[in-house]
Amino acid sequence: MRVPSWLADPRARVLVLLAVLIALAPLLFPSGYYYRVGTLVFLNALTVTGLVILTGYAGQVSLGHAGFFGIGAYACAVGTSHFGLAPGLCVALGAGLAGGLALAVGRPILRLKSHYLAVATLGLGILIAMVLTNEGQWTGGPDGMSAPTLPLRAWLRAWGVPLSPAQAWYALSGLVLLAGAWMALSLRESASGRALRALHDSEVAARVIGIDVARAKGRAFAISAVYASVAGSLMALFNGFVNPAMAGFMHSIELVTMVVLGGAGSVLGGVVGATVLTVLPQTLTVFQEYEMTMLGLIMMVMMIFLRQGVVPGLVGAWTAWRGRRARP
Amino acid sequence: MSLLDVEGLSIHFGGLAAVTDVSFKVEAGEIVSIIGPNGAGKTTLFNMISGLYRPSSGCVRLNGEKVTGLPPEALARRGLSRTFQNLQVFQQMTVLENVMAGCHLGEKSGWLSDLLGLPASRRQTRATRDRAMALLDRLDLARWATRPASALSYGLLKRLEIGRALAAEPRLLLLDEPAAGCNAVETNDIDALIVELAAAGIGILLVEHDMKLVMRLSKHILVLDRGVKIAEGAPEVIGRDPTVIAAYLGRHGQDESEKGAASCR
Amino acid sequence: MAEFLQFLFSGLTVGAVYALVALGFTLIHNASGVVNFAQGEFVMLGGMITVFAAQAGLPLAVAAGVAIGVTALVGVALYRLAIAPAGSASVVSIIIITMGASLFLRGTAQSVFDKQIHRFPAFSGETPITIGGATLMPQSLWVLGGAAVVFVALHRFLAHTLPGKAVLATASNKLAAQLVGINTHAVLLLAFGLSAAIGAVAGVLITPLTMTTADMGVSVALKGFAAAMLGGMGIPVGAIVGGLGLGLIEAFTAGYLSSAYKEATAFLVILVVLVLMPRGLFGPKDVERV
Repeated sequence: MRVPSWLADPRARVLVLLAVLIALAPLLFPSGYYYRVGTLVFLNALTVTGLVILTGYAGQVSLGHAGFFGIGAYACAVGTSHFGLAPGLCVALGAGLAGGLALAVGRPILRLKSHYLAVATLGLGILIAMVLTNEGQWTGGPDGMSAPTLPLRAWLRAWGVPLSPAQAWYALSGLVLLAGAWMALSLRESASGRALRALHDSEVAARVIGIDVARAKGRAFAISAVYASVAGSLMALFNGFVNPAMAGFMHSIELVTMVVLGGAGSVLGGVVGATVLTVLPQTLTVFQEYEMTMLGLIMMVMMIFLRQGVVPGLVGAWTAWRGRRARP
Repeated sequence: MSLLDVEGLSIHFGGLAAVTDVSFKVEAGEIVSIIGPNGAGKTTLFNMISGLYRPSSGCVRLNGEKVTGLPPEALARRGLSRTFQNLQVFQQMTVLENVMAGCHLGEKSGWLSDLLGLPASRRQTRATRDRAMALLDRLDLARWATRPASALSYGLLKRLEIGRALAAEPRLLLLDEPAAGCNAVETNDIDALIVELAAAGIGILLVEHDMKLVMRLSKHILVLDRGVKIAEGAPEVIGRDPTVIAAYLGRHGQDESEKGAASCR
Repeated sequence: MAEFLQFLFSGLTVGAVYALVALGFTLIHNASGVVNFAQGEFVMLGGMITVFAAQAGLPLAVAAGVAIGVTALVGVALYRLAIAPAGSASVVSIIIITMGASLFLRGTAQSVFDKQIHRFPAFSGETPITIGGATLMPQSLWVLGGAAVVFVALHRFLAHTLPGKAVLATASNKLAAQLVGINTHAVLLLAFGLSAAIGAVAGVLITPLTMTTADMGVSVALKGFAAAMLGGMGIPVGAIVGGLGLGLIEAFTAGYLSSAYKEATAFLVILVVLVLMPRGLFGPKDVERV
């Protein structure tokens, strides 16, 4: 069987694989509830894909990315309820706001290295969550506020699409994830992507070959913020409500754990990480109850034993074990 | 007007003077070497010229333009490139990608177009790949192209770093111990490569401990000791200079004998 | 004036706790180069274990002793089980490991104890002392005094005892310390144990004033980290000055500006300090070696 030429591009292969998985997964769904879980997975995976660009390509940690997710979510809630804007416009406004903020704050913050960067991003995330909690007249305070739900049922009927709203959300978020994955994959193989991966390995060497390291990091930060914001906006529209926890510290940590679980470097790994950590609490009540302990364990175990991420790490461990067994 | 003109360059860290009042010139197509014992300030001098350290005083001119204190990326745009003593290869990228990254300055594609994977971005990457491949061929590294850089031997990594620096099409190339840790064959290869680059009109500033290589290649040699220029001139002159011999052997020998005496007491 | 004094007192009291946490960060950072994000959990454990040991019938002093001892063991275990096996992992990996340890300890504390808010009685009664119109809780004096004792004791330990000097030697050059026969593994265990104990002391001292819950650790860790950075990571005096400074900034912001954004100012200060002087107030200006 000949492989068609467009499939020779590794980007295309990853994308096709993702698309097939998204399309076929519903065949395994025991109930309609799982369309909802699938949507949550895709939206988390979208945020994580942005973080793969920042952490995986450029090697910069952000412990406050839920802040940008929160900005996107509240942009939709506040924009529609206080200003009467259309939800679609709000998604764009949120993305602009998150990206702009990331660009403005990113330049000074991203000069910092390792722990300092970790704390600065953590602080930024907490500040955003704090504003969302404290500005109650706009945001509904700690309890959050409702966000508009799209009149999906009416639209679907009007267009004659035979899908339930849950199925429509599943399809929509899946498509957005595919678009996000496509962009991340394209970036990786481009001049800008190479610049990011170069500065990941050695900032001085990157500067010496003419890469404006500060600018490149700022762009990566802004791009990942836009990913998070769009995911947050869609989450708000999907759930019909927003609360400060969406921007909170725990959510930031969950996102980082998803990236780490997938092995930081790869888009596909990020999707796997997002899937595992979204599905587990939704299906195992034990996991939900002990979420914090579990997340903590996962983070430690991954970093100690499977630093490249679950999939490549397990494969590597398996081959090593087989190799050892073969030559006693 | 010289390609590189360094005038009275000094830097001190806290109270410690690392380099004091060093001046010299490099012309296009010329190989100038800096030698001196360990800790003489050679790499520090490199770091100042390439914009990593800001000099405390003095002036660096590239093609007559004052560039003192400009960041490395700005200097790269003006035709200055360098390698590192302790290898700064992009370990997680392939050999080919390393050199492709080196082509960064010549690449024209925006972030948005790269993100959307537009045809312009893909064309640019294809062009860069061809250019990088040609360079790998020239450096005899082509057969390693798809290997991760971390899989290469030390000698090959040294060459790869030169390749990456060349990808930026420099007019002035700073080489920090390019032959250190290389075996005789690899040293010969690097030797030939440096001569070839100089012949192509690139000005070369070289820090190297391999005296045979330095003596053979250099048109002009600068000797540093404890941050101060103690001698300069043509290789023949430097080889006979008593102050240079003292800096290399004399005082070192003296130190050793003092240490020996101390332990006897 | 009375108002000013009031803010000063509360700022210094909270600041002393931040200083202790920062000191814990500093100790571990100096000995191992690790920034331990789980530092706040030691403070939480100090308070929570005391509460539950006292409820189980132990006298308060004994309960506090048990809490400090157990927490020190947790610190040792953290090094032994999570940090040492990671070997020469990258800084980002270590950040994630200690972050994971923090979540793990917090989650476990919620399961083993509960999610409620607890406190135990102050050591010397609850009658406030009035100074210049402002009130000062006797417990505040305990906090300030305790912090001072810990600082002096730590200083004497590092400067005048053999194990202390081994810690300093390991901090300044691990390989060289190994070559002169120092068991650096033992030194690191000691540093983590000590650092955890210092955190637990802070938890014991502050609980009668601020109360404690299983999830108080993150916020305390962040403040302590902020304090350590304000003073310059790795410098003990910096930890003290940074801690007290941060406590005062918080108290005066809460008092004169807005209590809702009390925490925000602390982070704002951190961001500004980080950006303007990335090495902190007392940090050395170092140069990247290439």
